[in-house]
Amino acid sequence: MKDLVGIKELSKGDIELILNTASSFKDILKRDIKKVPALRGKTVVNLFFEPSTRTKTSFELAEKRMSTDVLNFSVPTSSVVKGESLFDTVKTIEAYGVDFIVIRHSSSGVPHFIARNVNASVINAGDGINEHPTQALLDAFSIIEKKGSLSGLKVAIVGDILHSRVAKSDIFLLSKFGANIRLIGPPTLIPDIADRNVEVFYEMDNGLEDADVIMMLRIQIERQGRGFFPSTLEYFRNWGLDMRRLKLARKDAIVMHPGPMNRGIEISSDVADSSQSIILEQVTNGLAVRMAVMYLLSGRNEDA
Amino acid sequence: MIKELLNKKDIERILSRIAHEIIEKNKGTENLCLVGIQRGGVHLAKRLAVKIKDIENADIMVGSLDISLYRDDIGIRKEQPVVRKTEMPCDITDKKVVLVDDVLFTGRSIRSAMDALMDFGRPAQIQLAVLIDRGHRELPIRADYVGKNIPTSRTESIEVQLEEEGLEDKVVLQAKE
Repeated sequence: MKDLVGIKELSKGDIELILNTASSFKDILKRDIKKVPALRGKTVVNLFFEPSTRTKTSFELAEKRMSTDVLNFSVPTSSVVKGESLFDTVKTIEAYGVDFIVIRHSSSGVPHFIARNVNASVINAGDGINEHPTQALLDAFSIIEKKGSLSGLKVAIVGDILHSRVAKSDIFLLSKFGANIRLIGPPTLIPDIADRNVEVFYEMDNGLEDADVIMMLRIQIERQGRGFFPSTLEYFRNWGLDMRRLKLARKDAIVMHPGPMNRGIEISSDVADSSQSIILEQVTNGLAVRMAVMYLLSGRNEDA
Repeated sequence: MIKELLNKKDIERILSRIAHEIIEKNKGTENLCLVGIQRGGVHLAKRLAVKIKDIENADIMVGSLDISLYRDDIGIRKEQPVVRKTEMPCDITDKKVVLVDDVLFTGRSIRSAMDALMDFGRPAQIQLAVLIDRGHRELPIRADYVGKNIPTSRTESIEVQLEEEGLEDKVVLQAKE
């Protein structure tokens, strides 16, 4: 495999290999010396056409832990503002001799387009409303760490599913592994998804009943005012996760969030900081998963 | 063509001898620690620890080391790399570490293993124990304890089969057609 553009393109076996490898990398993160020489001499460029703090930081740290040389290329400082086409930007970067391109773009499909046009390995760090595969992989890793497996788990995904690439990747992944997925949110923010593993709930209380995992999504406040929901206050009243609602799920249910959180809009502070929340563990696991992905892509069989 | 080089009994005797040699060279088991290289070396290290306990009545720490992240051929190899577990049960700083591997060939795995070990601490000494030394070194590396020297040609392959992997204990030489 040359690239990681989406979960859709991966087989169950591919995903299992990534998650198993990530568990070895997680051990490395507990050592005194957290850096391994595996990708010494390789160069990575982080090409972010959309603002990002945590995903970019996580990728950058994972890249450094693998001993790669890291180049950061973000829009406001680049020649994209001077009118260079995406194709030319990428070709220019490739001429530097980079081995990996980590890309985030506001348009869906950009990583796929780039992957077809360069020899470097392309890793999708989020494209439009399409996919965010490393987030789904770290979510799966975090769930398996707590619950043992994904098969048969009741996983509630709550919020703006329509605009969320995280949700799309999570749904693809969870469905491949036979989890029961419940999408919860206002009708305006839930797309039509034809998948026999997916159920839709507009009433949050019904959707949370007996859930093993609750994945909260960030409400994209920047989309406020386009009529998807009346106000953030009303949103919290209907689809925010507070302690009362958390109790509707199983006693040992875990609460996840891809960050950044809007406390008081989609999740209350006491839930975010509760013992059932694994939000900070997700951050640590993200490093291990991203290291594993880079390692596996670099070890690819050229004949395959 | 497949030729059996060592059987179960042979392996058993060799490990007993190496256990004695390790104790002799180190004048006991003080500060001693065995570290097996994944995967064959880990099984052999555990067996050596049992033998050393039988002889000296002393428990000896056994670690396992995965060297795939320290290799010099990432991206050259044909097969998909698998990263296995590394477990160091103790701080190796100032310890005498005996690295254990099944086959010593080019020496590149041992170079990787030493780099990996150094990331865990600063051992007082690193020694090397191998079941088979098949020659063809590409680096200036030699073993302190050798089970059996077996001259081979580069195209042949040596396979160490162990019970821990669900096989019968033996070492076979396979000539490439």
